[in-house]
Amino acid sequence: MTANDPTQPVPGTYLFDGNMAKKGYGLNKMCFSFNEQSARDEFNKDPDAYCAKFGLTEAQIKAIHERDIIGLLQQGGSIYYVAKFAGLLKLNMQDIGAIQTGMSLEEFKAMLVKRGSGEE
Amino acid sequence: MANIIGAVTTSHIPAIANAMANKAEETPYWKPFFDGYPPVRKWLNDKKPDVIVLFYNDHGLEFFIDKKPTFAIGVADEYHNSDEGWGIATIPPVTGESELSWHIANSLVEDGFDMTICQEMKVDHGLTVPLSLMWPGNEYGHVKVIPVCINCEQHPMPQPKRCYALGQAIGKAIESFDSDMTVAIFGTGGLSHQLDGEGAGTLNRKFDLECMDKLVESPEELTTYSNLDLVKIGGAQTVELNMWIAMRGVLRGKVTELHRNYHAPISNTGAGLLLLEHEMPN
Repeated sequence: MTANDPTQPVPGTYLFDGNMAKKGYGLNKMCFSFNEQSARDEFNKDPDAYCAKFGLTEAQIKAIHERDIIGLLQQGGSIYYVAKFAGLLKLNMQDIGAIQTGMSLEEFKAMLVKRGSGEE
Repeated sequence: MANIIGAVTTSHIPAIANAMANKAEETPYWKPFFDGYPPVRKWLNDKKPDVIVLFYNDHGLEFFIDKKPTFAIGVADEYHNSDEGWGIATIPPVTGESELSWHIANSLVEDGFDMTICQEMKVDHGLTVPLSLMWPGNEYGHVKVIPVCINCEQHPMPQPKRCYALGQAIGKAIESFDSDMTVAIFGTGGLSHQLDGEGAGTLNRKFDLECMDKLVESPEELTTYSNLDLVKIGGAQTVELNMWIAMRGVLRGKVTELHRNYHAPISNTGAGLLLLEHEMPN
């Protein structure tokens, strides 16, 4: 949890700063490559080989395997690049919002509606 | 001098492009959002600005974190959109305005804003969604666009007060351009939202509405926030408010609000729309 991380001042939020940018460089570089269809195809053919090409750490590879969005953020992933990995999995921002908050998609959407209307 | 005739703020999220592609504008979910746009489109079609200076952020299409500009400006004759990895349709090329772009770039660096100056720059949904929204069917080829990109992805990011000052310096540059062309300013993105972490789904309607009021009447109050304040109040990506603040900095003269709309949620965000008319200062 971010609550225990003194470098992360906002609970539930992983500020993408210099520490994270350094830690997640290879991971983000791999996800940046997913702008290209050929890279997405290459990843899909052999995810492990593709991760190795970008020098991902074991923890990053594990989070990729498990589609663990929070894990990817903790390992230095930037949401904007992680979103490209999510896109490759055919998940949109609301899908990954639900995954990160441990809600069902419908629960997550209902929470947004409540907040959007000012009820919460 | 070039004449700054007004400004628009709008959301730029990719889901909007998908909604337009799927012709979902009239569905109950989207209608309250899209219903805000016809008055803005009409104003743009009536006034026909020659140039749009468009503040946006690049979400990882042109710029990677190998080299991440704090402020970048395009100076090209044409810009291209490209595959962003998750499937919104690419749009036709965007026309640039090289001469005014270089004039602004020269003036900014002279004034202490050390811009990254780009002769090639792929433009992502931050820039393309607003154009598609304002000119349905992507009928924007006649408008010349000057992209100004603000880092909203990697901390340290420029603070609201610095973004406001950037806008002021761009206003000064446009005013000193020897031409009778008309210019409109777009501030895109926002408002409150958070995409990442256990805090995903953070929204703050009250804050968004306050921001829209202040943006019109007392923009300098918004410059007292830090980026960390914005993260805490509205969620991690609320820093996109900086594009709106930069837009407002450009407008030194009399500002009149002609139209507004606010609807939340659109995808994970509070979506605000403002149309401001601007009279040049004497």
